[in-house]
Amino acid sequence: MTSKTGIGASVVRKEDARFITGTGGYTDDLSLPGQVYCVFVRSPHARAVIKSVDTTDAESAEGVIAVFTGEDLRSDGIGDLPCGWMVKSKDGSDMLAPSHPAIATTNVNYVGDIYAMVIAKTIEEAKNAAELVEADFDILTPVVDVATATTADQIHENVPHNQCYDWELGDSAATEAAFANATHVTSLDIVNNRLIPNAIEPRAALGNHDPASGLYTLYTTSQNPHLERLILAAFVNVAPEAKLHVISPDVGGGFGSKIFVYAEETAVIWATAKVGRPIKWRAERIESFQADAHGRDHVTHAELALSREGDFLGLRVKTIANMGAYLSTFASSVPTYLYGTLLSGQYRTPAIHVEVKSVFTNTAPVDAYRGAGRPEATYVVERLVETAARELGVDPADLRRKNFIQPSDFPYATPVALTYDTGDYEASLERALSLAKYSEFAKRRNESEANGRKRGIGFSCYIEACGLAPSQVALSLGAGVGLFESAEVRVDVTGSVTVMTGTHSHGQGHETTFAQVVSDKLGIPFENVTVVHGDTSKSDYGLGTYGSRSLAVGGSAIATATDKVIAKAKKIAAHMLNSTEEQVSFDDGIFKIPDSNESLSFGEVAFSAYVPGNFPIEELEPGLSEKAFYDPANFTYPAGTHICEVEVDPGTGTTKIESFVAVDDFGTVINPMIVEGQVHGGITQGIGQALLEHGVYDDDGQLLTGSYMDYAMPRADDVPDFIVDTTVTPCTHNPLGAKGCGEAGAIGATAAVMNAITNALDVNELAMPATAETVWRALTGE
Amino acid sequence: MYSFNYHCVSSTEEASALFDSCESAVYLSGGMTLIPTLKQRLDYPTDVIDLRGIDDLEGIVAEIGSIRVGSRTCHADVACNQHIHALADLAGGIGDLQVRNCGTIGGSIANNDPAADYPAALLGLGATVHTNNRDIGADDFFVDLFETALEMGEIVTAVSFPQPQRAAYVKFPNPASRYAVVGVFVADTSAGIRVAVTGAGSCVFRATAIEDVLQRDFRPAAVEGVSVDHSNFNSDIHASQEFRGHLVTEMTKRAVAKIA
Repeated sequence: MTSKTGIGASVVRKEDARFITGTGGYTDDLSLPGQVYCVFVRSPHARAVIKSVDTTDAESAEGVIAVFTGEDLRSDGIGDLPCGWMVKSKDGSDMLAPSHPAIATTNVNYVGDIYAMVIAKTIEEAKNAAELVEADFDILTPVVDVATATTADQIHENVPHNQCYDWELGDSAATEAAFANATHVTSLDIVNNRLIPNAIEPRAALGNHDPASGLYTLYTTSQNPHLERLILAAFVNVAPEAKLHVISPDVGGGFGSKIFVYAEETAVIWATAKVGRPIKWRAERIESFQADAHGRDHVTHAELALSREGDFLGLRVKTIANMGAYLSTFASSVPTYLYGTLLSGQYRTPAIHVEVKSVFTNTAPVDAYRGAGRPEATYVVERLVETAARELGVDPADLRRKNFIQPSDFPYATPVALTYDTGDYEASLERALSLAKYSEFAKRRNESEANGRKRGIGFSCYIEACGLAPSQVALSLGAGVGLFESAEVRVDVTGSVTVMTGTHSHGQGHETTFAQVVSDKLGIPFENVTVVHGDTSKSDYGLGTYGSRSLAVGGSAIATATDKVIAKAKKIAAHMLNSTEEQVSFDDGIFKIPDSNESLSFGEVAFSAYVPGNFPIEELEPGLSEKAFYDPANFTYPAGTHICEVEVDPGTGTTKIESFVAVDDFGTVINPMIVEGQVHGGITQGIGQALLEHGVYDDDGQLLTGSYMDYAMPRADDVPDFIVDTTVTPCTHNPLGAKGCGEAGAIGATAAVMNAITNALDVNELAMPATAETVWRALTGE
Repeated sequence: MYSFNYHCVSSTEEASALFDSCESAVYLSGGMTLIPTLKQRLDYPTDVIDLRGIDDLEGIVAEIGSIRVGSRTCHADVACNQHIHALADLAGGIGDLQVRNCGTIGGSIANNDPAADYPAALLGLGATVHTNNRDIGADDFFVDLFETALEMGEIVTAVSFPQPQRAAYVKFPNPASRYAVVGVFVADTSAGIRVAVTGAGSCVFRATAIEDVLQRDFRPAAVEGVSVDHSNFNSDIHASQEFRGHLVTEMTKRAVAKIA
């Protein structure tokens, strides 16, 4: 009965009607009685000592309710913003984390760092007063360049050489030996350009404190409201966890940037009790550019050792990763456990060694951005492999095929700490080659050449580790929290179902996908399932949405809780049918016993659960509501092949993407339409990184790309019609067989585009983004 | 934005008198530059005088050998008027749909953004700017970065474009803003070949060296190898002086090819 809405069906998204008719409820749409407004006063300098902050004039300005500085928070016991992942250096020492106050007290360390907050009756009054806050700064020379940060001035007093950690993974000696035996070594210097996330909805917060109950309520744009609550309670000391209610309503995109606990909502929720009024803050776009956590920003030297026959022997990678001015919530994990662990890619590279130095600079904090570490790893591996094929004069598809981990190799333990459960990399590659009409590429290239254009084709055979994460593995590697997920499946008296999840949907369509899973399993109409998320008072707990985890982990929790509902319903049905639990079967919403025409619908059993006249209450509690906490046994490993074909206009250096094929293995797919949408968005961001996007600071630490006039976002006319398809090897260790699809596009696409352009130009090194001038210079040899 | 007094006027006389009586007034036409500037608190006029209530500033009139475009005519309307194809083509490539429906020719040229498209059309076609006081030739109108020959309070009322024998505009858009990194308007006019360049320098200018070459030999290949002095060109994260110099030649070639 659920074939049109069950698992595997392209059901139209429930949530879209409200999103596209302007009836969604975003944080800034909400208002509370007596609400006042907050403006943050931000540093115009990249690095300065705060000699004094004079708030006198601001406090007496019209409409002003309060002006607070960092000292006000500190003296009230408000703690620093913590980093949730402890990474240890090679020598076993802990990473160095500088103090990160929500409002700076002694120093400002990037343009946009907050040094005061102004609260007034109207937003304009708050802005007027903010201009009257007088700070006396001692301006210092900022550290901007990541490659030279370790030898520049020391930014934080407890962080010598501006180095957060010097981390390694893999077998150094085995890798050295592999290089000694190599007949060919391909090496590349790679800069993974800094990106600025740009969710459509800017970050926002609305805080309220009820003096009668002592309850704080924070509405905010968070991808993980429970984590927000935990950190604000346990580390920042705003309020005890039970007195803190965090609601993350409709959220318009995150891409990782809304995972983190930021200064702004911290200050808002603290100040709301101080002033006794609800306080609203919403970022202006320039604040989003300046103070959302940025992404990527790696400088890498990478080498691949090959045998005469083209077998990969070893991979050696040295990376310097930019942390920005402070450690954002998960910043430390991104260039380590989400990066180094992925360097095996889809290949049987026997020896890998990676070293990562993370450094501080006077720029906005850098943290997870769609893909988080895995795009950077894929970029290193796939650029190297493509370049090796070019240097050796072999077909890049053949070189990959030759080195793929084979289906018979699974489970496959890589030299960099992961064990892949399943996959079929050649299947994705072959399908992609066919869709890309690879065999006819030479003909197309000749046609372009005849028109004065340069055509190129590039591959990216990516892998990602998703479904964050097996808690004990994560905890042993330094994570500060377990990474399971919770779910509650609450059956109503009339048989409709409410599902509470600890994940959070900010564009992913969970209200649809999760409803498909539950309605399919229970055999009830899709419309009868309502999914609730984003409210710490409704879901027991949750770790939120990032790392393509929501279906693989959150969906598995929902499936597990649904199975518990079915198990209990079977017990009730057994009594109603005068049979035994073991005899009762449940299929497509109907309970049956063998050799009988008698059957019960799910709705009938649900009703009996709440009107308990048909079963012994002393044996079986009334009600039908079950919870599950699901902790994954392993990461999931989505993988696939992306093939990009470009045409370069030598007259201007402009690159046009002629075709883009993505064949992905996400395991079991619940809603193919939603998955395709996720892939489209991801590829577009990947293309954006390759061709357009670049967060640039000048030597003074001023952000040159602080608006859409200068930060180039990909638009519809920058991308082609995508050709997407899937191959399926179900995940072996979760109940849905699902692997996750949210980040794949952004992980795979960038390398495919750059490999295509370097193929067109016949060069190995090319800076990203491959802007027109960059390409023109490569062509003219300048 | 800061608070200001807002006035909606119905004639240029009313606007002009009001302007003179205010401490620091600005005119609002399409608002595509002014409104974002105000919202960012980068400007703080005491008074904003909205010209959108002056009906006779709007519309396009075909005259003998030219068209007269009212200053309040939006880009979308110019894009739909095919009297001068190159001008329509240029207007259709400004900004995006919303900008083309709001932004006006008068507002654009009075602002004289160094990367705006319209100044290239005016200079390339040898247009005449009509104001509430006088007529100004395009060669004299654009003075420097965000600077024109307009006096304080002077209002652009219309622009007259002489019909060229043939013309084309080609731009290399900034991938972020879609303003012109370099835009070249080439026109074969009764006064000879005119080549106007926007985006490359601090203000739109005529590339006279290229004009001379094209005057003799109007083919794309003729422009090849004509070196453009880029030493005073703009340089930013989107394009170096050298690349802009290259683009002037390249866009000129493409404009000539589009015409031929």
